[in-house]
Amino acid sequence: MNKRNFSQGLNFIIIKISVFVVIVFLFFIIFYIFRNGISSISIDFLTKPPTDSMTRGGIFPAIVGTFCLSIGALIVAVPIGIISAVYLSEYAKEGVFLRILRLGIRNLAGVPSIVFGLFGLALFVIKFGFGSSLLSGSLTLGFLILPTIIASTEEALKGIPQDFREASLALGATKVQTVFKVVLPAALSNIVTGILLSVGRVAGETAPIMFTAAAFYKPELPTSVFDEVMALPYHIYTLATEGTHFEQTLPIQYGTCLVLLALVVLMDIVGIWIRLKARKSKKW
Amino acid sequence: MIVTVFSVVILFLIALFLFAEALPLFKKVSLVDFLFGKMWYPTMSPHSFGILPLILASFYVSFLSAIISIPLGIAFAVYLSELAPKGIKEVLKPLVELISGFPSVVLGFFGMVVIAPWMTNKLSPFFTKTIPNFLSSLHLSYLSSFFANNLYIDVGLNIANASIMLAFITIPTIASLSEDALYLVPRTYREASLSLGATKWETIKKVVLPAASSGIATAIMLGVSRAIGETMIVLMTCGGASMIPVRPFDPARPLPAAIAAEMGEAPYHSLHYEALFGIGAVLFILTLIFNILSDIARAQGEKKMKGKSV
Repeated sequence: MNKRNFSQGLNFIIIKISVFVVIVFLFFIIFYIFRNGISSISIDFLTKPPTDSMTRGGIFPAIVGTFCLSIGALIVAVPIGIISAVYLSEYAKEGVFLRILRLGIRNLAGVPSIVFGLFGLALFVIKFGFGSSLLSGSLTLGFLILPTIIASTEEALKGIPQDFREASLALGATKVQTVFKVVLPAALSNIVTGILLSVGRVAGETAPIMFTAAAFYKPELPTSVFDEVMALPYHIYTLATEGTHFEQTLPIQYGTCLVLLALVVLMDIVGIWIRLKARKSKKW
Repeated sequence: MIVTVFSVVILFLIALFLFAEALPLFKKVSLVDFLFGKMWYPTMSPHSFGILPLILASFYVSFLSAIISIPLGIAFAVYLSELAPKGIKEVLKPLVELISGFPSVVLGFFGMVVIAPWMTNKLSPFFTKTIPNFLSSLHLSYLSSFFANNLYIDVGLNIANASIMLAFITIPTIASLSEDALYLVPRTYREASLSLGATKWETIKKVVLPAASSGIATAIMLGVSRAIGETMIVLMTCGGASMIPVRPFDPARPLPAAIAAEMGEAPYHSLHYEALFGIGAVLFILTLIFNILSDIARAQGEKKMKGKSV
């Protein structure tokens, strides 16, 4: 009996250490970026374009670019994603067709982001002639997060009790009225959480925009959807790997990492907070 | 319904475009030379488009990262599902989501500026001086020279570096999906085991984990699939040398890194451009295989659990 208790204690300690290691690593990265990046952050850094062949100045165009790309991706993915999820959760009947649909969506979620980049390059940039632009990048990123939005929305819809639907139908509402006036509003906060978490993801994606939207240096702000834009993650990548001014631009790299990280963490926190609030005020 | 089919259409379009753009290459280079050729010299003349070093590099980093991420991910899931008090669980779960959404370019950057110098300045002397000295003091001179000759780290950007960062970003995938699988194991299983006098750990090891095994297999497949496809980390931390990798501290160029690093310089519809799309197609097929395997594991698990009360 003693040996068995010892074995249990030992294994539980190993498990706890594993969890601890992962969490400590996470906080170490965040802390390290924060400590080295905070001195670069100033009003000028956030609101001025880069100068002196990007060794000085700010990152304003990259912030605007990332903002535009994220909004663009949402415009593409949110309507399609929500309609798809409503179909899957409210209308679809079990069968071969539904199995194929689900398999397709799951596999789309597993396609590497660099492959999305190649796809965007071949289809939007070259075939459709959009060039490397905000439009091509938004479409590519939108398709990339589509499966995530479908999954999180469907999850939210499934959380709504069947009684809600039956009560609405019993009052004489049609199926469409039930979906739009009862089910979707009740699931809204969880849907919003899913969307915010995907925004965080899209803002940090680099590989899909490398050939479809991102500019190395473009201090002026985009004026149309056919403009190339700077973006925060691409800015970090180019400065870190460009080589010639690596040491000189290191503070800018840390600063840009911190801004990007802050943006992503903020989206996550707001999203999770909305979900927690919804859970507390839940009436079922 | 029509809108829902959209996702499947995109998946088909992606496959279609990858193959269509890559196809002209195979009029000039045979498929066997492409997949098993040992030289990747796309811009030299005469050029050579063998992607074996890139495929092996991808396998190497994914394997090494899986060795780290599978035990840590499963341990994390067991802790969340079986051990953690409710309060801690509510803090940890959002943190897992945070890691999974972590911008990979920041992790690549961290690997470059923190892990790489640490490897060359601290870890390398530890492997080539501290350990060999200790071993020679024990008169194990063979082992000592093995360490000194094989575990030196002259480039901080290497396979091991990329594997550490990749493991970090795949842990949330493995942890959260495994936790879902553990959650689905009926409570009656645990109660039956405990009432027979098994300890909590014995119950986890011999009842709960085996019952959740297909769900955990799904989680591992998806984790590995994510590691194979992850681009920015291997692009920034793996060193980029397109040789067949041998030691874990050799630099290498995995498939996604080759596409990301070279596409900018490859002229439109050149052989190089087509070869990079060919690499994209290989990557697509590799991840598709892992995703389908995970689907099979999932289906088996669902069959097994059908009709069991929770």
